[in-house]
Amino acid sequence: MSQIFHRSTNLVSRVSIYGAVLIIGALGYALYAIAMSPWYTDQNVKRQQPVPFSHRHHAGELGIDCRYCHTSVEKSSFAGVPPTQTCMTCHSQIWTNASMLEPVRASYRDDTSIPWIRVNALPDFVYFDHSIHISKGIGCTTCHGQIAEMALTERAGTLYMSWCLNCHRQPEKFVRDKSEVFNPFYEPPSGAKQLELGRKLVKEYKIQSYQHCSTCHR
Amino acid sequence: MSQDSNPKNSIDLAAARAKLAGEGGRRFWQSLEELSDTKEYRNFLENEFPANSEKDADGINRRDVLKLMAASAAMAGLSACTKLPTEKIVPYVRPPEQIIPGRPLFYATSTQQGGVATGVLVESHMGRPTKIEGNPEHPGSLGGTDVFTQASILHLYDPDRSQTVVFEGRVSTWSDFVAAMGNARIRLSPKGAGLRFLTRTVTSPTFGSQMRGLLAQFPEAKWHQYEPCSQDSAREGARLAFGRPVNTTYHFDQADVIVSLDADFLSRGPGHVRYAREFASRRDLSAGPASKLNRFYAAESMPTGTGASSDHRLPLRSTDIDDLARQLAAAVGVAVPPSANASAKIPAAWVSAVARDLAAHRGSSLVIAGEQQPAFVHALAHAINAALGNVGKTVVYTESIEANPVNQLESLRDLVNDLNAGRVEILVIIDGNPVYDAPADFNFADALQNAKLRVHSGLYKDETAELCHWHAPAAHFLESWSDARAFDGTVGIVQPLIAPLYDGHTAHEVLAAFSGDSGKSGHDLVRGYWQSQRPEKDKAFETLWETSLHDGLIAGTALPAIAVALHADFVSLGRQQTASGDASALEVVFRPDPSIGDGEYANNGWLQELPKPVTRITWDNAAMISPGTAQHLSLTTGDYVSLKLVDRSMHAGVFIVPGHADNCVTLHLGYGRSRAGNVGTGPGFNAYLLRNSASPSVAHGLQIEKTGEKYYFASTQQQYTIDVEGHPAEEESQAAFSRDLVRIATLDEFRKDPAFAKKTEEEETKDLTIYPGFKYEGYSWGMSIDLNRCIGCNACVVACQSENNIAVVGKDQVMRGRAMHWIRIDTYFRGNLENPEMYYEPLPCMQCENAPCEYVCPVGATTHSPEGLNDMTYNRCVGTRYCSNNCPYKVRRFNFFLYSDYKTPSLYGMRNPNVTVRSRGVMEKCTYCVQRINAARIRSEEENRTIRDGEIITACQSACPAEAIVFGNINDPNSRVSKLKAQTRDYSLLDDLNTRPRTTYLARVRNPNPEIRD
Repeated sequence: MSQIFHRSTNLVSRVSIYGAVLIIGALGYALYAIAMSPWYTDQNVKRQQPVPFSHRHHAGELGIDCRYCHTSVEKSSFAGVPPTQTCMTCHSQIWTNASMLEPVRASYRDDTSIPWIRVNALPDFVYFDHSIHISKGIGCTTCHGQIAEMALTERAGTLYMSWCLNCHRQPEKFVRDKSEVFNPFYEPPSGAKQLELGRKLVKEYKIQSYQHCSTCHR
Repeated sequence: MSQDSNPKNSIDLAAARAKLAGEGGRRFWQSLEELSDTKEYRNFLENEFPANSEKDADGINRRDVLKLMAASAAMAGLSACTKLPTEKIVPYVRPPEQIIPGRPLFYATSTQQGGVATGVLVESHMGRPTKIEGNPEHPGSLGGTDVFTQASILHLYDPDRSQTVVFEGRVSTWSDFVAAMGNARIRLSPKGAGLRFLTRTVTSPTFGSQMRGLLAQFPEAKWHQYEPCSQDSAREGARLAFGRPVNTTYHFDQADVIVSLDADFLSRGPGHVRYAREFASRRDLSAGPASKLNRFYAAESMPTGTGASSDHRLPLRSTDIDDLARQLAAAVGVAVPPSANASAKIPAAWVSAVARDLAAHRGSSLVIAGEQQPAFVHALAHAINAALGNVGKTVVYTESIEANPVNQLESLRDLVNDLNAGRVEILVIIDGNPVYDAPADFNFADALQNAKLRVHSGLYKDETAELCHWHAPAAHFLESWSDARAFDGTVGIVQPLIAPLYDGHTAHEVLAAFSGDSGKSGHDLVRGYWQSQRPEKDKAFETLWETSLHDGLIAGTALPAIAVALHADFVSLGRQQTASGDASALEVVFRPDPSIGDGEYANNGWLQELPKPVTRITWDNAAMISPGTAQHLSLTTGDYVSLKLVDRSMHAGVFIVPGHADNCVTLHLGYGRSRAGNVGTGPGFNAYLLRNSASPSVAHGLQIEKTGEKYYFASTQQQYTIDVEGHPAEEESQAAFSRDLVRIATLDEFRKDPAFAKKTEEEETKDLTIYPGFKYEGYSWGMSIDLNRCIGCNACVVACQSENNIAVVGKDQVMRGRAMHWIRIDTYFRGNLENPEMYYEPLPCMQCENAPCEYVCPVGATTHSPEGLNDMTYNRCVGTRYCSNNCPYKVRRFNFFLYSDYKTPSLYGMRNPNVTVRSRGVMEKCTYCVQRINAARIRSEEENRTIRDGEIITACQSACPAEAIVFGNINDPNSRVSKLKAQTRDYSLLDDLNTRPRTTYLARVRNPNPEIRD
């Protein structure tokens, strides 16, 4: 009896088997790459705002404290986006005619809010609280990145759950002294020194490594 | 709805009686269906979610669903890959004072029922009121609330509320309205003849003063008041006994013996929230066997929450209460002739035993009559209290708290007569709906047409608004400036939490449009009144005003106790008033509905879906009858009948209620609305159609005729029943008994064996596990529910719904067992059908330490927290429902459809921003208010301390007027909850399963009179 399949079929089957594995692997990698890409995560993507507000200028060059604008960051879950009035405390005195600031003046004049584009957004089923992180020695830049160098503000992390847990599982790698929390130029000590400092502070600040679901989801 | 999906045609009363007789009366049972144990009922029990396995309402079969599911599963994978939408942050331009975004503020204000104020604290998130709590400093609340107060937040955001001023069907404006009222006023004769106002009961001093001013301006104008379920008989009873309508307040905390004559004082009427707390304080057993309990006797026709809390309950037709009151009065030495209609249903031994108990507690007993009872019974109650020396101790009289106490039925009758005689030029109806709720013989809708100008102000464009020329939307109390008196006269200031959503205006502003003060805001009117009344001036007044707003009440405004003398001849006066008829004919009793009141709350989905005490009916009222009457008339639950009273008739479904009085039908008012809104229009039967002014509460000669049709009720009584493990459904009915879900004892038994609620086998099973136990360092949360305090009022259920954004599902879904309440109140009966003992058991999630739900979740959506909570993570849940299947307590709820309303913008504002609004296809359950736990934890850690005992108060605990629920850290031996759990009465449900529930119960201890054998 002659063979049903020609010899070359072996090659076809080999190629298709290895190919399938490869393609599935490649597909998996592609999906992962998409999920981690800035296109999907919005990480490091500069957002156009109604007013091109520069953290580099205000927080970096002028050295205005974070809390001057983000007033509720130590008291509330929400850090607070400044009301127009806060902008006008200075800008009623300086750059009063700058065309760039016209939307701010218009807002104040017409009593209509400035619709800022949200840069750091979490899904609605995640309940994050700024105040507790601040009070436990987690600096602004730990999550928000080198804010003092951002002309237009961008998201510094993926804000994925794995990204959150990265710190919740080993807070000693990220914690800093409370006096440095609002320092936008803070440089963490390298490697072993950070761990040493971190372990000390975790104890001192009674930092809990909460990882159960209802910490953030409810 | 097909018949096989409903167990309600499966009652066999004879079988039920036989079964009970065989059990010797010790058995617990939940429903007549269960006792009848018919084949239909067993089939019903087999499915946890009845009638959803094979076919669905829309005729889709299971195969189609599977096909759709396969397709949607494929799509669902993709839907998870959507990018987060770009959001905007819209900050304030000028920040308001005090508001910190993300942190709620609380403001004190007052809510009113029947005009009487209960103080509340309202939680506000960036200007949106979201949750109502009781005001601990207000005498009418003491921190507790009731279902109506809890649910009133939904009224505020109700999309069906009236949103614009309407003139003859066309949209108009408030300024046009004010101008039109000004013109109408000018056209009146100088003395204002023909100007009429109709309001509900008013206690507001400001409104009273405005009205007096207006009546001085127009001496011939008249002010009528009408409330369908009013305190008329209490008012007239006081007039009969004392010659004037004094206000009666009670001190239940001082009363050792309480007798209720058809009074539902724990769930209705002035001061009921406070009374519930006082009553519960005397059911406290924390002192162990040395504790002193009060003893409560209740005689009532329809089993109420109050009656279920009694030690001795006497089912008695409302008509026969008069006889009981006379016998009691005679027995304690009040000279009163026996009743003309002597009742054979009153056991002489019962009366003499109660009378002896009363006499033994002179000065510490209390007799209270219900609002359905005629004035004479109220007068008798006053006489008994006087004879027992209770006045000044448990019963205190003050001047009336009302701005103008009148007999409201007569007041409305006057108005109707004047309308029919053409004497009414302008009729202004403020916050009332007489077209729907006036006695049927008044033909109010026809009479109303005789008024030349008809003006209506109310929250809804209701039946009355439809027949008026002008309709102006009223402001909700959370949008209003006003004031109102509490049951003891204390004035509470009503302050707005939010600007009116829909151009609503208060009653004060409507009146001002007539008195020529139309420029004044509600704030100016109320503040102006108090400024003119108080001795404090300028700065001192400013301080007083600020303090009063902060506290929610004006200190020292409680009315002083007054001495009143009993009329010597009230008995002979009363005899003329007692209406007779054929008292032996079938009686019908009209009562306000326990969930939606007199119809005022009909459009409130939370209240409609609330299982009513005892019957557990949702979305309906019914013709409620006793098992005996059902057999006598050959009726059964679900019979659709026609009811005829004299010349009027209506249709209703029959519902058999164990413990109901024989020869009596109870009809709850408030249903069958025709213009209530999307929720309230439709459900139930309009009992006002039968109600006439000659006998608004109790009438005789009702005729019932079967129509042959069936009516299906959505009662949750047989849903979520806990069955016998591993046994087929036929043994389910024994579960409560054999598994000791409810553990009870009498006070004597408790004193002999304080640990009666403990079972020895519990201790043995505790360590029977091969897995290492969880370690709970730090906090571990637990809850204790005192069944001896619980009065089954449902306040916890609505509070939970409000706090946790729980959806409303509708009658059809409730019938399928899909009501979403996270806490339910199981009701158990024990004893015979005629007069069973009733037991309540609130059931939230047990938060088991060995939780059966956690083991079976395939996606880790329900997990154990280090503090002992069974966390539920919605965004992980894929809806397998394994957890619910494995939960022995049946506390998990599944979103079969998109129950949460994602579409109505007005409802967005109502939701608690700290709790996820759940979507279709996810499981949910009680979380112990984890959002409150987290908030307290964050505050405490920021302040570098531990969470204080009592710092976390769950929504159910906070709402409970009886303080039956206590939550806290059970790792702290000094916490309140630990101390309660250390009591000998503490037990857990189904402890033989070794689930180690964190929610445990304190067993109920009754205090029966040994002289009475029920």
